[in-house]
Amino acid sequence: MLVKRSSAKTAGGKRSGLVAALADSLESGVSRRGFLRRSGLAAGGIAAVGALPGAMIRKAEAGPILPNVEVVTRKNVCTHCSVGCTVIAEVQNGVWVGQEPGWESPINQGTHCAKGASVRELTKGTRRVKYPLKLVDGVWQRIGWDQAIEEIGNQLMDIRKASGPDAVFWLGSAKFSNEGAYLYRKLAAFWGTNNVDHQARICHSTTVAGVANTWGYGAMTNSYNDIQNSKALVIVGGNPAEAHPVSMQHMLRGKEHNRAPFIVIDPRFTRTAAHATEYVRIRPGTDIPVAWGLLWHIFENGWEDKEYIRQRVYGMDEIRAEVKKWTPEEVERVTGAPGSQLRRVAEALAKNKPSTVIWCMGVTQHTVGTANVRALSILQLALGNIGVAGGGANIYRGHCNVQGATDFGLDVSTLPAYYGLAEGAWKHFARAWDVEYDYLKGRFATKDLMEAKGIPTTRWFDAVLAKPGEIDQPSPLRAMMCFGHGGNTVTRMPEMVKGLEKLSLLVIADPHPTTFAAIKERRNGTYILPACTQFETDGSRTCSNRSMQWGEKVVEPIFESKDDYTIIYLLARKLGFADEMFKHITVEKDRPVPEDILREMNRSCLSIGATGQSPERLKMHMKHQADFDKITMRAASGPCAGDYYGLPWPSWGHPEIRHPGSAVLYDTSKHVMDGGGVFRARFGVERNGVSLLADGSYSKGSEIEDGYPEFTMAVLKKLGWDKDLTPDEMRVIQAIGGGGAEVDNVSWQTDLSMGIIRVALKHGCVPHGNAKARAVAWNLPDPVPVHREPIYSPRPELVKAYPAIEDRRDFRLVQLARSLQFKVADSDLRQRFPMVLTSGRLVEYEGGGEETRSNPWLAELQQSMFAEINTKDAERLNIRDGAWVWVYGPEDGSKAKVKALVTDRVGGGTVFMPFHFSGFWQGDSLRGNYPPNTDPIVLGEPVNGVTTYGYDPVTFMQETKVTLCRVEPA
Amino acid sequence: MARMKFLCDAERCIECNACVTACKNEHEVPWGINRRRLVTLNDGKPGERSISMACMHCNDPPCAAVCPVDCFLQTADGVVLHSKDLCIGCGYCFYACPFGAPQYPRTTDFGSRGKMDKCTFCAGGPEPDGSVEEYQKYGANRLAEGKLPLCAEMCSTRALMGGDGAVLADIYQERSLRRGYGSGAPGWSTAYGRNDRGSPFTPGGPSTGGA
Repeated sequence: MLVKRSSAKTAGGKRSGLVAALADSLESGVSRRGFLRRSGLAAGGIAAVGALPGAMIRKAEAGPILPNVEVVTRKNVCTHCSVGCTVIAEVQNGVWVGQEPGWESPINQGTHCAKGASVRELTKGTRRVKYPLKLVDGVWQRIGWDQAIEEIGNQLMDIRKASGPDAVFWLGSAKFSNEGAYLYRKLAAFWGTNNVDHQARICHSTTVAGVANTWGYGAMTNSYNDIQNSKALVIVGGNPAEAHPVSMQHMLRGKEHNRAPFIVIDPRFTRTAAHATEYVRIRPGTDIPVAWGLLWHIFENGWEDKEYIRQRVYGMDEIRAEVKKWTPEEVERVTGAPGSQLRRVAEALAKNKPSTVIWCMGVTQHTVGTANVRALSILQLALGNIGVAGGGANIYRGHCNVQGATDFGLDVSTLPAYYGLAEGAWKHFARAWDVEYDYLKGRFATKDLMEAKGIPTTRWFDAVLAKPGEIDQPSPLRAMMCFGHGGNTVTRMPEMVKGLEKLSLLVIADPHPTTFAAIKERRNGTYILPACTQFETDGSRTCSNRSMQWGEKVVEPIFESKDDYTIIYLLARKLGFADEMFKHITVEKDRPVPEDILREMNRSCLSIGATGQSPERLKMHMKHQADFDKITMRAASGPCAGDYYGLPWPSWGHPEIRHPGSAVLYDTSKHVMDGGGVFRARFGVERNGVSLLADGSYSKGSEIEDGYPEFTMAVLKKLGWDKDLTPDEMRVIQAIGGGGAEVDNVSWQTDLSMGIIRVALKHGCVPHGNAKARAVAWNLPDPVPVHREPIYSPRPELVKAYPAIEDRRDFRLVQLARSLQFKVADSDLRQRFPMVLTSGRLVEYEGGGEETRSNPWLAELQQSMFAEINTKDAERLNIRDGAWVWVYGPEDGSKAKVKALVTDRVGGGTVFMPFHFSGFWQGDSLRGNYPPNTDPIVLGEPVNGVTTYGYDPVTFMQETKVTLCRVEPA
Repeated sequence: MARMKFLCDAERCIECNACVTACKNEHEVPWGINRRRLVTLNDGKPGERSISMACMHCNDPPCAAVCPVDCFLQTADGVVLHSKDLCIGCGYCFYACPFGAPQYPRTTDFGSRGKMDKCTFCAGGPEPDGSVEEYQKYGANRLAEGKLPLCAEMCSTRALMGGDGAVLADIYQERSLRRGYGSGAPGWSTAYGRNDRGSPFTPGGPSTGGA
């Protein structure tokens, strides 16, 4: 046998040095990456020998040989999920030619999942939208940017004139950068509507509402890394092995190093469950009984943290009363989980502390989503696990910037940073944006509509189809501006198609055409604007753990695409308010500078402590990633010494005071200037004579050694701390207060000088006050979470005992609940649709999936839409593995033709389908409807073609996890 | 000299396919050629485990033993490479390989085989390191740049490791000892049977959903 002796030096050495050396050497004449550029992959090498279908072959741009061309390394962040993996891009001559592991990132430490390992393809994908397009009589026409903006703008103005600003729905994206999200929210505000939303509505809106109503902020309390400190982990309704694979690195380390029980509670034996020490199978939609079932054992055995509850929790006694009803027998009857098993899980959580609870969309996407979230939060409160390293509610968000897009207000119910929509909030932002409040008010149809929650993305088509009287705004929706949002991600697609048909204007701004473009019922009035990906622009994004990371532009926007900032600016200019909107934001060649946008956010988003994360600090963190500890995420040395990685919010006050960010929320063991915190005093100081403020619990070094309300001028005066304010700060506060008695009401949230925050911090106090967490949230429809059967319950006999909420109105629309549930329970639907349908995620694809299904490296791994069917059911129904089946849904005669995957992964009577597919509709391919050469490689039936009605009362989250279906061989 | 090996820790592998995709990305491997793939046992059942498979770079490679044109070679690091100039696409190595590593592109519509392609441990081929020809035929040569295979470098949970076999064995041993329970404990399955995977709080008790 031959032996090859390596001629090159194989010792250590960084790529950059080596490549540079190669490039400098006249002998070699060409760097490794140069070959790639030159070879023209279809012409030689590996690709040449593969006889592939024509569509699969991609010719690399056959460029000239690039000797002595430098390879530049750029750092960005993966655009696929909320873990926030650093992507290292090697760029030569403006082309992204190689991807290397980001070893220094404290989050992913060099690793990726399939999606992260594939992101380079995004900047070369020929399946991207290449130029603006317009649909004329069912045919896509290429148009220029000027014409597109001109026509879209004119139509928007016509609609505004005829039907008012609320007739336009502005759908933003969790794939925006923070700056893009903020700008889009601002655009909607200047346009004059609150009909502005994004994907958080359909993934974790109930989490945000649930945890914010419990302890103050709607976010993951700890971090992925911190899970390595956990002594027990329980994952409910989540499958991180597929949805957040890199998080599993931390979770499995925690499991191994701490010998931690790793418990998965899920209807489906997921790939995560395969690594669990204990798997609990439950019936879909019974999370509250499970949580109460666990608490039953905890209370029964006295395993709760009594001192913690006394000091830091309000209303636990009311929870005890509810939990008492959930005996092991009743829990087993409703959920299917044996009492003995839940006792073992409860004991594992209680006796291996700190223990963490992790959840995802299996908990949130329910008609009781908010209550589910609250039940799990209360479980953690009872165990005293919140505000503790290794504990916490580790809520895995979905998209790469869904946390940031939520924080910066892409939401129908609030302005940026959860200020809400009340007059005070608008006045705050009017000051921050330096426009008159009356100007903003004038942009809206009425002051009432200015302060009313808008129409959420789960129901936009209901608002299109509504008759004028049925909807609490002057006109049904007539136009949708859809930026970076799939068309197959919302339930009840048959209704969605009707709504889409009726819209007079549909604008899609996206790197890919999305499902919306392929719906054949629409033949005119659709525009597609090629938006670039986040790898072709720069800006910050917030991971699930609240760390902000600055992504550096890897390459210029490809083809004719433009970044979100530019498209938003062009629209604002056409619509006539660019001057006001960009008053303090530099615009360079039609492109607002993201650093400036972030500075404006830093100045205005006080309430979540998004103030310390200046662009300079964020860039410094990215540059010095190696200095951060891989578990605590804190830098011990270097220019970022003392900071937590990415300055997880809250990072209080001006960047200059160098607050390090807060890695673990509500952690009293640390000084507030060290990232410590307490529960937020957000709901008053007293209720029914009982104090809501913390009792003898406070963050380390606090001068007030007890609970305290949020800081306002009045509070400062009472404490005598107002003297600590500088004259400049006083001047700002006086101006905001209008000089009169109102000055006392100026709070830490509205004081643009940030003086009140500075003074509170100086005395070791947290600006938002120090309260108890609320086990009882009296402002929610269910103050104490109670089990409610799904609308399409597979157990009609339980419906009367556990009915859905009463029918109601909210978000400008009617919400049916109990009436529909009873109708379903009393009908013969259960006989005709005997199986439970639930949906979820695959590792190779993301969200609606158009982007990832267009990537050949990923598409090859999952080529068909499928439905998982239990082996016994399959046998009974005569369904073979891999055969075609029809899945029928109970509404609108809906159906989907998919392949059967016969497996015990799902329990008997349950069908699971992934939600990433689209491009087929009730058996027919829609491939021909996509604009030429933009159709994704893999198409399939969307699961939401057969999902049904059902919404959470607090956020209008859709029910995707429990409905009924019937499966028949096709 | 170091002998290069892959080792996939099944307790860590979550079948995320990062390795497969990283390979595609690094070498621009075309559709239909799978230098690396995931194999899952007991899919959807308790005890489900996945491992990532590619050429194992055997010490005494059977592919080389059967090759009629003797196109295989081994580097000083123990990486098994082959020459596409010599390969005749006969497919003998496919039958010989216990791991299904050799891949053959289809060259005509009648299904004749092209020259064999397989994992190179990111070490290119017999051509000079870093040459144009090497990249075109075999993909990138990371080893020559002092780097390890990208699949292992990017593995999401550090399940797949690639490098000096002796070092990998040490890492794996340390992990096993640290786990010290359940299917991670050395000898557990021999002592207590396959379905009886213990857990840290009820050793030997029913777990992973029971039997």
